[in-house]
Amino acid sequence: MSARSSTAHSVVEPSSTSKLVASVLVVVYALVTMIPLFWIVVTSLKSPPDSISYPPKIVFTPTIEGYCNLFTNQTRQTPEFLATLPPATTACEKVTRERNMVIVGPSNFTKRFFNSLVIAFGSTALSVFLGTIAAYGFSRFKVPLKDDLLFFILSTRMMPPIAVAIPIYLMYRELGLSDTKIGMILLYTAVNVSLAVWLLKGFIDEIPREYEEAAMIDGYTRLQAFRKVVLPQATTGIVATAIFCMIFAWNEYAFAVLLTSGDAQPAPPFIPTIIGEGGMDWPAVGAGTSLFLIPILVFTILLRKHLLRGITFGAVRK
Amino acid sequence: MTGSHIPDALANRLATATPPKLAARVRGLSDKAIAWLFITPTMILLLAINIFPLIWTIRLSFTNFRANRTNAVVKGIGLDNYTSILTDPDIWAAMQSTAHFVFWTITLQTLIGFTLAYLLDRKFRGHGFWTTIILIPMMLSPAVVGNFWRFLYQPQIGLFNYIISFFTGVDPSSFEMIGSVTLAPWSIIIVDTWMWTPYVMLICLAGLRSIPDYIYEAAEVDRASTWRQFWSITIPMALPFIMLAVLFRGIENFKMFDMVNLLTSGGPGSTTEVASITLKREAFEKWRTGFSSAFAIILFVTVFGLANIYVKALNQVKSR
Repeated sequence: MSARSSTAHSVVEPSSTSKLVASVLVVVYALVTMIPLFWIVVTSLKSPPDSISYPPKIVFTPTIEGYCNLFTNQTRQTPEFLATLPPATTACEKVTRERNMVIVGPSNFTKRFFNSLVIAFGSTALSVFLGTIAAYGFSRFKVPLKDDLLFFILSTRMMPPIAVAIPIYLMYRELGLSDTKIGMILLYTAVNVSLAVWLLKGFIDEIPREYEEAAMIDGYTRLQAFRKVVLPQATTGIVATAIFCMIFAWNEYAFAVLLTSGDAQPAPPFIPTIIGEGGMDWPAVGAGTSLFLIPILVFTILLRKHLLRGITFGAVRK
Repeated sequence: MTGSHIPDALANRLATATPPKLAARVRGLSDKAIAWLFITPTMILLLAINIFPLIWTIRLSFTNFRANRTNAVVKGIGLDNYTSILTDPDIWAAMQSTAHFVFWTITLQTLIGFTLAYLLDRKFRGHGFWTTIILIPMMLSPAVVGNFWRFLYQPQIGLFNYIISFFTGVDPSSFEMIGSVTLAPWSIIIVDTWMWTPYVMLICLAGLRSIPDYIYEAAEVDRASTWRQFWSITIPMALPFIMLAVLFRGIENFKMFDMVNLLTSGGPGSTTEVASITLKREAFEKWRTGFSSAFAIILFVTVFGLANIYVKALNQVKSR
């Protein structure tokens, strides 16, 4: 076998020149595509004047001002007033004092970030739970109109969010679910459950039925076999699905901007509204954007083996 | 399998001796009951949050209802909303902007994405690492990143204009990507292509990897040129995957809202007003709920048609 495949490789293995050219082009593309992300992080470490200088500054003194502005609300004060205050204790206070500002309290960013976490985790848990049992049902049993039901589940994902938002807006207003976390969790669950069912059905299809049958012969009931045999086997798939659902809920904007305004508003509609004195405070926006993107970056690296499956609803597997 | 107190051999004999239906009944819930128990919750949720609202939208689309005037008398006006949509020049302009956006994003993403996949398939050292790096933009929030692109596109201080001027010598403040009528449609195409080319690349890569080596070996024996191999083996065999990527991107970009809303919010004027932005303006700014419901239905039917084609293509890919 090894002898055959090694001769086979000599025919189809790309030449070293073509490898070199390919690697150079790919690396160039990858680096260019990283520039915007690099710039987000760089901007978050600039002072507001540095961020809007021309030409754009690559060399600058990093400051935590952007992060301070992101997390706090400030007011402008006269130097005389500032002189009467006790000396600044935190690093943020020092930075803001230098610009004749005083921190008056925390900004809404922490609350919005926390809302994002609650909504993402809540809807992920719910959609993975519903998705796992439904996927098992579709994978193992004869369900009448199975293909139609599966297509129906997928098709709900195809609706433009704004089209769904009109009646949801009216419905939530009637039910008192407008601007509540539970309303957003239910809505994101409804969107994510289609992905969860399709992905998990693929993962469960790959677990041989013989495992459960053997367990049932050993005296397990169907439900016990599902819990003790199928679920442990499907762990990887469930975790991958959960991360996909989490990323969707974390990134979602259209429903969030139309259906929330205060208490339940997550971070995506909030970040674009961060403004400083006289226009956008780009370092603060950069800081908020960086903090918001870091979890996704980590998850993308964890998920890289399952990405293909996730983005095609399980249609293409490696 | 452990967990049973009966010796395996005995259990096997018992199991084979019991008719399956009876065995199932003895063991509690029947398979049929479990199947329904497992599937129904998902169906109920989708009916409540997708189908019921859809039916409501259909009903509203035949009325003059306005969500900001709940006390006004709601009248049935038949198909008036539909006829006024189909004759409204603004709606047709929005459909044109959408078509322009979908066409160019898909063309660019397919070309660049396939090229990248082809290059990555040369399997040079470190290709796995670079694949992961390239994939990062597509996982990020289009809204949050789209918002930051507004800064990159600033004529005086933005990095994008600066880089363009660095390579071409054009004055960076002489053009405005977001503010100009001719460039604004391209500003959203560039951001979308930056974000979603990796998506097309990943699917194309799967397509290229699915081509078995022996086909190339046979072509090599027949002394087919690399060029010939590319056009008569690589492209046809990767085609279903490319189609899948195109259809997926087509559906997604037809619904495009978040990135465009933050980057240009449809402007300047209505040059980048894609269908979803028009829908938002009609529904949540002008509060023409009945009219926008009818438009939503028209959009939904269009996407649903695309989805049908998509599922057929999907089955073709699967059956290979």
